Amino acid sequence: MKADPKNVLTGSHYLDGNHACAEGAIAAGCKFFAGYPITPSTEIAERVSRRFPLLGGIFIQMEDELASMNAILGAAWGGKKSMTCTSGPGFSLMMENFGLGIMLETPCVLVNVQRGGPSTGLPTLPGQADMMQARWGSHGDYEVIALAPDSPQESFELAIHAFNLSEKYRMPVLIMTDECVGHMTEKVVIPPGEARPYDPVDNGGPPPMLPVGEGHRFHVTGLTHDERGYPVINAEAHEKNVRHLIDKIANNVDDIIWLEEKDVDGADVVVMAYGISSRVMQPAIAKARKEGIKVGQIKMVTVWPFPEKRVRELAAKVKALVMVEMNYGQVFLEMDRCAAGKCKTVLVGHAGGTVHKPEVIYKAIKESVK
Amino acid sequence: MSPIVKEPEKHVHPMEKLLRMDRIPHIWCPTCGLGTTITALAAAIEQLQLDLDDIAIVSGIGCTGRVAGYMKLDSFHTTHGRSIPFAVGLHIARPKTKVIVFSGDGDLISIGGNHFIHTARRNMDLTVICVNNFIYAMTGGQVAPTTPMTAKASTSPYGCCEHPFNLPLLAASSGAAYVARWTALHIRRLTTAIKEAITKRGFSFVEVIAPCSTLYARLNKLGTGLDLMKFYHDNSIIRHGADLKDVDIEYQSKIVVGKFVDIEKPTYLDCLNEGHKRVFGDKYKPYGGDDGDN
Amino acid sequence: MKFWRTPLDVDKLKIPRGELHIITERCKGCGFCVEYCPNGVLELAKDFNSKGYHPPVAVKPEKCVNCDLCEMLCPDFAIYCVRADEGEKEVLA
Repeated sequence: MKADPKNVLTGSHYLDGNHACAEGAIAAGCKFFAGYPITPSTEIAERVSRRFPLLGGIFIQMEDELASMNAILGAAWGGKKSMTCTSGPGFSLMMENFGLGIMLETPCVLVNVQRGGPSTGLPTLPGQADMMQARWGSHGDYEVIALAPDSPQESFELAIHAFNLSEKYRMPVLIMTDECVGHMTEKVVIPPGEARPYDPVDNGGPPPMLPVGEGHRFHVTGLTHDERGYPVINAEAHEKNVRHLIDKIANNVDDIIWLEEKDVDGADVVVMAYGISSRVMQPAIAKARKEGIKVGQIKMVTVWPFPEKRVRELAAKVKALVMVEMNYGQVFLEMDRCAAGKCKTVLVGHAGGTVHKPEVIYKAIKESVK
Repeated sequence: MSPIVKEPEKHVHPMEKLLRMDRIPHIWCPTCGLGTTITALAAAIEQLQLDLDDIAIVSGIGCTGRVAGYMKLDSFHTTHGRSIPFAVGLHIARPKTKVIVFSGDGDLISIGGNHFIHTARRNMDLTVICVNNFIYAMTGGQVAPTTPMTAKASTSPYGCCEHPFNLPLLAASSGAAYVARWTALHIRRLTTAIKEAITKRGFSFVEVIAPCSTLYARLNKLGTGLDLMKFYHDNSIIRHGADLKDVDIEYQSKIVVGKFVDIEKPTYLDCLNEGHKRVFGDKYKPYGGDDGDN
Repeated sequence: MKFWRTPLDVDKLKIPRGELHIITERCKGCGFCVEYCPNGVLELAKDFNSKGYHPPVAVKPEKCVNCDLCEMLCPDFAIYCVRADEGEKEVLA
């Protein structure tokens, strides 16, 4: 599965996050897209449906999200890089077969342009309340990789990164954007096709997928299986199987976790956020720093796996950790757990529908160091 | 009584090259019709002289769903009801691979019903073999959308009170290009139907009425699978091209079998290529046929 | 041999002969082969295999015409037939 440089729309563009994400997927060599329209993700599907015909890709609008998730798994086994996009309600529908993708160890990308939830919620307004579902939405024990872009530029770059991670670790990778980033139009600079800053490094990881049609005559199943791919229904085999799915990620967290830290050394309070919230917190942090408060910040580009080690380290050094997210405490729960009472933990959260007001974040920062 | 002790020298059953012999004997019950049905599939593949390296079998969950695990081809055992969309993705990504969906009536038509009708509507070039035993056998014999009215099942202990699906009518009205129904007893005609279905361009649907002894037959006191086969022998009527409105299956009554639909119709990829060619002219490179990037 | 109507070349007809191979350990005693052999070649044995099933046994092996119906109907791949005379055999025909 290789990317074709001529797919890349090199140059400077004025794109919204969804369009940039679609372009990122195309640049990464995605050749199959199966999706179902749902606001606010539909623009990704629309752009892909426009661009694919002349690039030899196939876009198919499936009958529902369940079909979409399965079709991208099938296409991956057929040898094509594949992706789908959805939002909250569709994400729920995809969960069972997201688990199938994890169990079959199939590389593909799933974009969730989050909106206000639960249920039909706020179709046209942002939220970040699917983060725990991203981690635990499917049944069973497993690990996930979830990326959170904060801008159209990052939507482009992380789409490519997601494809690379999905192939390196042989699993579906999530891109958890939100309606705000998805519908925000900004400058996106797309480098020439030869520049591949996210080329996966070949260093361990699961064995490569067997291609269909080359005489391997392999069998894969969603049942607990052994290395042959055959179902083995006992506790011992299950332990081995699940351990493999978990260790694949758990043993490589240093390679996967991507944090952008600023002013963290010597800080009294560190603000953590992901996606659009990581941009919204900037004026609040700047104001607090101007007043002499030692505020550091960590933008989580990867939200899952959660940077447990870093948070445990920081909790011992700082007075407070503040999490800014558009939900009532999902990734905050992880931060709080890892802080383990060593420092104060503060959530700046709300039900969604709008980004935070910087004043609210600033107030929380000030309160936290009292 | 003394058991037969001596096994003669190594037997090689002709079908062994298509079976994962390390997993035989299979888990299906004595007098189950599934082994017979996969013999028909294997015979069809053999007679068509298909490249065994380029066939993919996708099945779902259920007794029939286990078929993928026993056939020595690239095989996928997917989640309940989702074998058809998985096969759609696989087929589109690799059009030259023959993709065969082999699953049961509950899997394909109940939970998978939506995918079934849409994929038939699109006339996706797939072969779908639906083994209809009128029940959800693997999970203990629950009622299925194909269970005839008044038949007993574990979740319809007083008899099913719902009209069942007429699968050939469903497939044909959704747009399938080839529709046939045979019982497991009509083994040679079934083999021919599977051959025709595989070579047919477009959505080909073959319904196989197969005996389920441990659940359907037992819960309805119909004997064993052999008794069901005898029933098929005495009660099936071959009517090619029958009016599909008349092929409903009622409880323990006649079963109309035959080839019902066999039409030429452009497939999904044909329509896609045609449509894009119309818009883009020579700039568009038709998809499908060769492997690689296009 | 019973015919619906007597063929004109009935004197020249060469009826094939088949040789049955029964993999007794695989058999689950379903009885399909016994029931549907057109010549009544098979019967379920009085003996049983190690799983307790009664596999078929050829009681009239000389009557086997290599029609392969037993081979095709068997759900357990426990019986197959090869051509016993010098004719060509189609695989799984």
